[in-house]
Amino acid sequence: MEQSVTVFSSFSVQDLSFLGEAALRTLWISFLSITIGSVLGGFFGWALYEMKVWGAIFLNPILDVFRSVPLIVQLVLFYNFAPIVGLNLDAFESGLVVLTLYTSALVANVARGGIEAVGKPMRITSRSLGMSYLQDMRYVVFPIGARAIFPSWVGVALGVMKDSALVSVLGYVELVKASQVLITRTQEPLLIILVVGAFYFALSYPVSRYSAKLEKRWSQ
Amino acid sequence: MISIDGLHKYFDNLHVLQGIDLEVQKGEVLSVIGASGSGKSTFLYCINGIEPVQQGSVLVDGIDVHAKTTDLNKLRQRLGMVFQQWNSFPHLTAIQNVALAPQIVKKMSKSEAIEVAARQLEHVGLGDKFNVFPNALSGGQQQRLAIARALAMDPQYMLFDEATSALDPELVGEVLDTMRILAEEGMTMICVTHEMGFARDVSDRVAYFHEGIVEEIGSPEQIFNEPQSEQTKKFLAKVR
Repeated sequence: MEQSVTVFSSFSVQDLSFLGEAALRTLWISFLSITIGSVLGGFFGWALYEMKVWGAIFLNPILDVFRSVPLIVQLVLFYNFAPIVGLNLDAFESGLVVLTLYTSALVANVARGGIEAVGKPMRITSRSLGMSYLQDMRYVVFPIGARAIFPSWVGVALGVMKDSALVSVLGYVELVKASQVLITRTQEPLLIILVVGAFYFALSYPVSRYSAKLEKRWSQ
Repeated sequence: MISIDGLHKYFDNLHVLQGIDLEVQKGEVLSVIGASGSGKSTFLYCINGIEPVQQGSVLVDGIDVHAKTTDLNKLRQRLGMVFQQWNSFPHLTAIQNVALAPQIVKKMSKSEAIEVAARQLEHVGLGDKFNVFPNALSGGQQQRLAIARALAMDPQYMLFDEATSALDPELVGEVLDTMRILAEEGMTMICVTHEMGFARDVSDRVAYFHEGIVEEIGSPEQIFNEPQSEQTKKFLAKVR
């Protein structure tokens, strides 16, 4: 008589939907942090551009910290230290905060470059037409600068999407965390990692295709 | 009328304008000539308040440009300006380039602004380029686009800052022709220029700037044929 407890079971269709859900979580946390982080980063970029001295003294060093400390270190530190100052955030919330700040730090420099790319003569021209500072920003600097930095911004966005994998260390079940669970159960690491890779590709490929299309349209 | 009184301008320790007194009447075309660094362009920038001044005043129709209470955005609607670099808005078509400021600054409706823009594009000879993006236009066409863009605000005065200096030689003519048309229509113009032919033919008066002062001013005939100042003579001998 052979009777054994099944500890391991092979990869099944249900597992695929488990991974699909996890992919949606990856998408969700990436989407939120890229969106909020870009808005915040745009604001920081503007501040760096307009307040050269204050920006260099205060803002830049802070952004430098977010840019240069490895994301995984930031995540672990924040997750463990936030409760000390009374912030009780779960894995998703902590991941979101850190990813957002990380995105904003990356976008800030890109955004400043965008404003610089527009150039002073262009801005003097729009002001000479009677536009206010804000009108110049809204109708001239933003559309021209945004187009100029779009490729770099897409690079940042795709990077953040992949970096969101690191939130798995906090226990948030996104793609990588889900794959670890499945690998432990099925003992089929290669297959599962292949599937996870395909999911990441499926998430980023449309973005990069669409952005290439936009760039082409703008370059006309 | 634009009247400039005792205007001084410094860039840090550099005394760029050293006391300019000038009046430009309605309908007059004044050409400003002089060597690079004589303060010509800075002078124009002070007239529409792009550059602050340290002493003296600029009155445009009685409004003090550099007074703290002056609404510069409103004042600048009276002063169209065309620069050496045309600075077309690259993300907008020709007609959108021209219609943008009327729409957002003058709060015209979109159709009104487009109508004005179409009229001004026709005016400068770009009637067939409404929906073309600037990068498909030549330098001369882009400079005419810049003129149409300034005219669309219905300014009382036009300031030209070396409008043809950045153009290839074969494109200078079309821009000067457009400026000529404006002068004939009675537009009040201040043209900083290196085009002596234009200054001679089109202007009512020519001012020669030398090291931040108006060295000599007079009719084109007088300046070009019988210059009084030694500096003017030297300069004209060089550019001829």
